Amino acid sequence: MRPVYMISGGITKFAKAHQEKDFRLMVKEAYDYALRDVPRFSKDMIDGAVGSYFSDHFTRQLKAASMVQDYLGLCPKPSKRVEGGGATGGLCFQSAWEAVASGRMNCCLAFGFETMSRVNTWKGNEFIALASDTNFDFPVGGFYSGYYAMMVQRHMYEFGTTVEQMAMVSIKNHANALYNPYAQKAKRLTIKQVRESPMVATPLTMEDICTMSDGAAVCVLASEELAGKVCDRPVTITGVGSGSDAMRMADRPHGKVILLPHERESDYQHLKYPGVHSFRGGRMAAKLAYEMAGIRNPIEELSFVELHDAYTSSEIQTYEDLGLCRYGEGGRFVESGMPFLPGIDYGLELPKQGRLPVNPSGGLLACGHPVGATGLMQAVFAFWQLQGTIGQHLNDEKLQVRNAKRGLIHSHAGTGTYITASILEAT
Amino acid sequence: MDKGTVLYGVDPLILLDHYEIDYHHSYAQDSPFFVGLTKGRLLGSRCTACGYTYATPRAHCMGCGAATSWFALPLTGLVHTFTTCHYGGEAFLKETPFTLILVEFDGADTLFLSRLKGIRPDEVRIGLPVAARFAKAPAFKVTDVWFEPADRA
Repeated sequence: MRPVYMISGGITKFAKAHQEKDFRLMVKEAYDYALRDVPRFSKDMIDGAVGSYFSDHFTRQLKAASMVQDYLGLCPKPSKRVEGGGATGGLCFQSAWEAVASGRMNCCLAFGFETMSRVNTWKGNEFIALASDTNFDFPVGGFYSGYYAMMVQRHMYEFGTTVEQMAMVSIKNHANALYNPYAQKAKRLTIKQVRESPMVATPLTMEDICTMSDGAAVCVLASEELAGKVCDRPVTITGVGSGSDAMRMADRPHGKVILLPHERESDYQHLKYPGVHSFRGGRMAAKLAYEMAGIRNPIEELSFVELHDAYTSSEIQTYEDLGLCRYGEGGRFVESGMPFLPGIDYGLELPKQGRLPVNPSGGLLACGHPVGATGLMQAVFAFWQLQGTIGQHLNDEKLQVRNAKRGLIHSHAGTGTYITASILEAT
Repeated sequence: MDKGTVLYGVDPLILLDHYEIDYHHSYAQDSPFFVGLTKGRLLGSRCTACGYTYATPRAHCMGCGAATSWFALPLTGLVHTFTTCHYGGEAFLKETPFTLILVEFDGADTLFLSRLKGIRPDEVRIGLPVAARFAKAPAFKVTDVWFEPADRA
């Protein structure tokens, strides 16, 4: 394997509906933005592309990635589509990484999109729930928010996690978004407002859950030689990891915790793992990514994290999977203030505010979740953070993590069935 | 009767596009479970090699890959976790609010997803004893079984 660099990225603002643009035009906008950002780079340097979108039901256009390929003028170069539920974008990013790392390509484009507005929200929820076992799970009341609600109920039971701690995640991500023009749900919230918004699936309210959206994002990955030629501030991808778990939550076994380098077996003597309270695939993804990047203690060695916060609860669960705190401490981790950004008034008492910002962009909760684009959006935000160009791209310096050296991006599919973690570093 | 074209907008042009399809959905190797429900039986599966037991059946063991055999699960269990859904996928929206539970059984290593009925949502708790109930007129779906609090059975 050889080193792989990210040299540019672009995002179409995520919105509840972009009726005036189809998926081809959304990707084209993100792609043109990315190309404008590297003037010495040109389309003919792209050797191939990987497309990312989740659902053929939403698009009602099979092989939609082929239509993007021709719309961008990339035919007859190599192309394929990657699909892995909510982790589709993260898997696409890693697939493009593989193309360059293996030497097959010197430059690979990763593009992703989703068009979720063409059906009503509840039909959309039904489509998403078809990503659960259609013999045993879907017919019982297929609803992803319900599945995640059951997972966090057990997390609360095992570890004492509270709905107020979950609300703090919502406050953080929606407030960060006030400084991100790409986000669609930027607002100041209180714990009371989060709890009093309409109940969706106990204990998750509307403000605990991300929004189905239309949007697109692209990343351009390149070899060291090409990156050095065309990009002033390339970012290197030093670790990739991914993991999986059984489709049916009911099948998740009880065994031992997969340990990270800074953990000991004695930390978890009585914990039945993963059960339905933790994402074993997320822990596996983190372990593999940390091993490749040489990370021993993530809380000390990461500058920021962009993780898959489809639910406030899954952000808390993911702190633990990624080893930012021990299993069971996710609720207290958010209370400590560590995952908040420094210099922003959240209206909360946060003793350790800003030690390791998580979702400085506002995450899925505030930006939205056009599934196939989401994992790539995280990569673009991480890329700008590590370049130190947040101010230039967001027209506001507020979200720029000072002296950002190393970031983690994390993409997650339904109840933890596929999860990716990738490590990006400033050069 | 042709009802004409339904437009939602003209700039951009947005129209109604109906889509409907019937599938021949086969339960294939899972079929005995659904037949069991029509006889008031809840069938799990047990690995013939390592003995691991599945409360939601599968024909081959996730752990060792060996074939499993069918066995009857107890008709009572405990709530492992729960939620009450106030919204849902379109197919289930008219049934809201409904309560989902994962059930744990004595002698089974994994869980079973079902509906909990006959209880107020605010009375549901982890560890609540529950008993299986079966539909008198089966629809050959996993919803032919549901659970109610055991003390009200």
